[in-house]
Amino acid sequence: MITYLEAIRAAQAKALADDPRVYIYGQDVGQFGGAFKATKGLAKEFPGRVLDSPISEDAIVGSAIGAAIEGMRPIIEMQFADFSTVGFNQIVNQAATLHWRTQIPCPITIRLPSGGTAGAGPFHSQSMEALYAHYPGLIVMTPATVEDAYSMLLEAVAIDDPVIFCEHKYLYYHLKAEALPTEAVPTGKARIARQGRDATIVTYSAMLHESLACAEEMASDGWETEVIDLRSIKPLDTDTVLASVARTGRLLAVGEAWPWGGVTAEVIARVATEGFGLLDAPPMRLNAKDSPVPYHPNLWGTHRPTAKTIAVALRRLLSA
Amino acid sequence: MVQATAVLAASADISDLKATFLAAYRWMLLARVAEEKIAALYRGGKITGGVFLGKGQEALSAATGMALRKGDIFAPLIRDQAGRLAFGETLLDCTRTYMGSRLGPMRGRDGNVHRGRPREGLMAMISHLGAMLPVVAGALLARRFRGLEDAVGAVSLGDGATSTGAFHEGLNLAAVEKLPLVLVVANNQYAYSTPTSRQFACEDLVDKAVGYGVAGHSVDGTDLAACLQVLQRAVAAARAGGGPQLVVASLLRLVGHGEHDDAGYVDPKLRQSPLGADCLELAGRRLLREKWANARTLREFQEEAQRQVDDAVATTVREPLPDPNTEEWCPLAARHLCEGNE
Repeated sequence: MITYLEAIRAAQAKALADDPRVYIYGQDVGQFGGAFKATKGLAKEFPGRVLDSPISEDAIVGSAIGAAIEGMRPIIEMQFADFSTVGFNQIVNQAATLHWRTQIPCPITIRLPSGGTAGAGPFHSQSMEALYAHYPGLIVMTPATVEDAYSMLLEAVAIDDPVIFCEHKYLYYHLKAEALPTEAVPTGKARIARQGRDATIVTYSAMLHESLACAEEMASDGWETEVIDLRSIKPLDTDTVLASVARTGRLLAVGEAWPWGGVTAEVIARVATEGFGLLDAPPMRLNAKDSPVPYHPNLWGTHRPTAKTIAVALRRLLSA
Repeated sequence: MVQATAVLAASADISDLKATFLAAYRWMLLARVAEEKIAALYRGGKITGGVFLGKGQEALSAATGMALRKGDIFAPLIRDQAGRLAFGETLLDCTRTYMGSRLGPMRGRDGNVHRGRPREGLMAMISHLGAMLPVVAGALLARRFRGLEDAVGAVSLGDGATSTGAFHEGLNLAAVEKLPLVLVVANNQYAYSTPTSRQFACEDLVDKAVGYGVAGHSVDGTDLAACLQVLQRAVAAARAGGGPQLVVASLLRLVGHGEHDDAGYVDPKLRQSPLGADCLELAGRRLLREKWANARTLREFQEEAQRQVDDAVATTVREPLPDPNTEEWCPLAARHLCEGNE
């Protein structure tokens, strides 16, 4: 069995082995192998290509941009997604605009260990995908499976643009697969994770698993819920979402991030503006509460959506 | 002040000061003439957006551009017209970007001083100028990865940028990696309207070199010969493996932050002080004093610069402007992943 975290490590090992332009840069990624061990052993296996950085997110990203201009394909590990705010300027103003301004590609992959785990608190739990997706010039991946963690990370390194790779910390150890994939759905295509005819849940990252658990529970009551895993939120596969809503007539968008202007808002905006006639009921969405991510498990467990709260929302949607 | 003693001692001084000085003077003059033309076009309403001039900083700028060679990397600041020219940027890149020509390097997508050709080593700044320091550090890291260790990267920043986080992070990273990076700080006494007394509390910006573990150099930014000498030494030291070099030049910005700004906040005493001297005038006087040129030669230089600038403007003014209907709005290199611009 291979975990989501091991898949991320394996993808980086393959990227390093396949392409001499790839290197890894970030805090404690060298001999220590990273705060989560996503680069364990890689410094030894690839001498001089997995480098510890100072605690300098601005300079880490800025240097990756400079290296990309010179033809390298850096993989940046942010120790936590939350810390990427310090490098935000380089990401959204420098990396995201470089190709548009100068026609020079900026192939950097920025790995963001994202999302909440119990006890992690306000500054080690954030889901920042919507923030980055807002900016033109960035691609934002949100893999929800071991297979996607592996294949999408390899694709991220191969893409000639900056990719924000939101890997979910809760899935690091919880999620396991039999083997690494040999083929993959391309970025920009969503996946129907479960088929159904009564309602559509559109989600991504760790919320896929809460949504699937909810769908399973609802099935015992006879409800068939279709669950769509967006895989990447930018680009966002509107076609697959609309096709599903055309089948079910009902939409619930679920995300772990905060509600204001986020991915669920975008999904609902697209369906409402491009597929209003397909809807049999007002679309719904479910997000984390609009408050910082709390530390204590009692609070944290209520702060973000769970299979139970998704089911409550879904029952309301089905009775609308 | 810290000196990279061992490396500095090994570096040669300028062997032919006359020739170098003359060449630098001509870059300074060309920059001055070009900027005066750009300012005139701005006043005539022919330029959209801001205009940022380097008057008073040409000596430092030309010295920086000239100390570099082909294959090096240069991230200019907004007052580096002279250094850009000396580094190899054409006048047309300047006029086309200011005047919005579709044929310029930025094609109307960005303007004025936000131009460059990064693949040719000339970085295209973003407005958060300190951010260019880590970018050049990364470009030098890439050279190291690729086994190309003889290139130097120069970054020009002002006194204001020394207060940014990127300055700290970038210089520290460059020092940790011992990169061949020359950081040229033009202390022109004001960041927009903010005087240095409200910008930093250390006695001299060059003192920061000690804290970062890099070599420091001070220079009178109004003195072209001194700028040529110090920049050449700093670049040679970086190229020889001496690690990052911090060069701090003292001078005064002789214009506003941009042409929209009358700089009424500048202390008149500073204008009257040696800092307020015009480096181009001083250099011209020295040329005459040393008999490296006579008045007629200087006039010919001026006329030649004027002709080049007029040619560039005349070419640019006839060129097509950006067309929103044919513009490729997709910002991505991977075009198949673009969305939302149908």
